[in-house]
Amino acid sequence: MSLDHSDVKKIAHLARMALDESQVDAYAEDLSKILGLVEQLEAAETHAIEPMSHPLHMAQRLRVDEVTEKDCRDENQAIAPSVVNGLYLVPKVIE
Amino acid sequence: MQWETVIGLEVHTQLATKSKIFSGTSIAYGADPNTQACIIDLGFPGVLPVLNEAVVDMALIFGLAINAEIGPRSVFARKNYFYPDLPKGYQISQFELPIVGKGSLTIDLEDGSQKAIGITRAHLEEDAGKSLHEDFHGMSGIDLNRTGTPLLEIVSEPDMRSIKEAVSYARKIHQLVVYLGICDGNMQEGSFRVDANLSIRPFGQEAFGTRTELKNLNSFRFMERALNFELERQIDLLEGGRKVVQETRLYDPDRDETRSMRSKEEANDYRYFPDPDLLPVEINDQQLQRARQNMPELPDQKRQRFESDYSLSSADALMLIQSRHQADFFETVVSSGGDAKMAVNWVTVELTGALNKAGIALSQSPVTPEQVGGLLERIADNTISGKLAKQVFEAMWNGEGDADKVIEAKGLKQITDSGQIETIIDEIIANNPKQVEQFRAGKDKLLGFFVGQVMKQTQGKANPGQVNKILLGKLKG
Repeated sequence: MSLDHSDVKKIAHLARMALDESQVDAYAEDLSKILGLVEQLEAAETHAIEPMSHPLHMAQRLRVDEVTEKDCRDENQAIAPSVVNGLYLVPKVIE
Repeated sequence: MQWETVIGLEVHTQLATKSKIFSGTSIAYGADPNTQACIIDLGFPGVLPVLNEAVVDMALIFGLAINAEIGPRSVFARKNYFYPDLPKGYQISQFELPIVGKGSLTIDLEDGSQKAIGITRAHLEEDAGKSLHEDFHGMSGIDLNRTGTPLLEIVSEPDMRSIKEAVSYARKIHQLVVYLGICDGNMQEGSFRVDANLSIRPFGQEAFGTRTELKNLNSFRFMERALNFELERQIDLLEGGRKVVQETRLYDPDRDETRSMRSKEEANDYRYFPDPDLLPVEINDQQLQRARQNMPELPDQKRQRFESDYSLSSADALMLIQSRHQADFFETVVSSGGDAKMAVNWVTVELTGALNKAGIALSQSPVTPEQVGGLLERIADNTISGKLAKQVFEAMWNGEGDADKVIEAKGLKQITDSGQIETIIDEIIANNPKQVEQFRAGKDKLLGFFVGQVMKQTQGKANPGQVNKILLGKLKG
C-alpha cells in the first residue's frame, strides 16, 4: 500500500501539522516505505494468535474512587496564552 | 407511500462517582470554571491516567442488569480529534473491546404488550469540556471541569420502529440507571444525554434507509419533538424525489427544528488505536460477584413485588415504581403504619399534587414518609376523618409537626362518642321541623342537609359513618 500526495495532505490536516508543499512528496515516500514494512509482517502466520493491545502482560490497576486533586487553576493557567474569568480563551470554534 | 421509521439511540450517562475516570479530580457539578481540572485532565506531557475502580463496578452492574455479555477483557482506545474542549487531542474511549457487550432491555408499549430492544454495547469513556461561545470578542471560552468525567455510552440496535418506542426506551434506560444508582439522571445538568439515529424505509423493504444523527436532545419532550420534525423532513425529502444526506443534525428547541451541523466528514476520521497509557482491563469473578451483590431490586421486580405484597393493581404498582425514590417513599409510608391502598393515593395524588404545586421534587418534600404513615394510621383507627386528614397534611407540610401533634393542637380528633353525636342531632332535628317533615314526605336528598348541619356544629369532626346511621334512625323513626 502506498500513500499519494493527497493522502499525506489529509493526514497532516487531521494531525493539525503545517506541511510545506515541497515536503509532501518526500513524506509520501517515507510513509509508504513504513507501510511496506508493515506489509511484510502480514506474511507471518497469525491464525492462532490473540491480538495484543499492549506489549506488557499485565492488567490495568485500578484507583479507589476518591478526590485527591486540589484546585491548581492558577498554576495551570499561568502558562495559558489567554484567560478571562477562569476560562481559557481560544480562537472561536462553533459548529 | 407508507414509510417505516427506524431508530437507534446512543445514551450518554454520566456515572455517579466522586472523582473522574482517570484522575482524582472532583466531578461535583457547578464549580468555578477550571477549578476541577488537573494536569491529567488537561493532558500535560508525562502524566498517566489511572482507571477509577467505581467506574468499572458501575459498568458491570449495568451489564448485569441488561443480561449482557461481559468481559473477560476490555481495552481503552484513543479517539483522535482536535477540538479545544479536549486538550489532549484525543478522547479516551473504548472501541473494539467495550466493557459491556450485547444485551437487551424490555420496554412496555402503549397497547400493554412488551418489546425487547437490543443493546449493542456499552462502553466507558471520558467526557469533554464545555465551550462557551458568547461574549468573548471573537474568542471562545473553555471550561475543562467536565473533561474526564466518567461516561457510560449505551448504544442500542436500530430496533425501534416508532418515535413512541424510542422515547419509551430512553425513559426505561433513564429509570434503570437511576435505580442502579450509577447515574443521577439529571438531564438539565447533562448527566443523561441522548443522541438518536433515525432513518425511514418503505414498509416491507429490508435494507435500511440513509440515517441522520440528532444531537442535543436534553429532555424527553425535546427528543420526541426533534424526532417528529426529523421524520417529517425525511419523508418530505424522499417523497419530493430528493435524498437524505447522512449527517449530524442539531435540534433547536426554540425553533423546533433540526439543522445540519458543519460537515464532520473529516472530523469523523477518528483513527482509533489502543491507548498505550492504559493496560487492558481484566474483569475477574470477584468483581462480578460484587456487582451481583450490589444489584438493587430492579423496576420490573419491584412492580411485581408491589402487586403481590401489597395487593396493588398493576396500574398502581407501575405508577409507584416510576422512580425509585417514590417507590421507597411509598414503602416507608406503609412500614410507618399506612394502609397500602391509602398510601398509593396519598403518595401519588395528595403529596404529588402538593409537590407539583410548590414546584419541588420528592427529595425536597417537607413532609417525611414517616409523617404520612402516621397520618394514615390515624385515619385507619378513626381518630380523624379522611376530610380532616387533608387539613392535617397541610399543617404537616407547613412544618407544624407530625399528625398526632397537629391533631392535638388543632383539636381535630374525631367525635366517635354516639351519645355526644345523638345530642347534637336531636338539637338539629328540633330546630328544623320543616326539613324533617319534607324528609319524611319522601325528599331523601335532605339527608345531606342534616349531615351538613352536624358537620357544621362539630367543625367536621363527627365520624361520618356514625352521623349517617344515627340521623337515619332518628329521621325515619
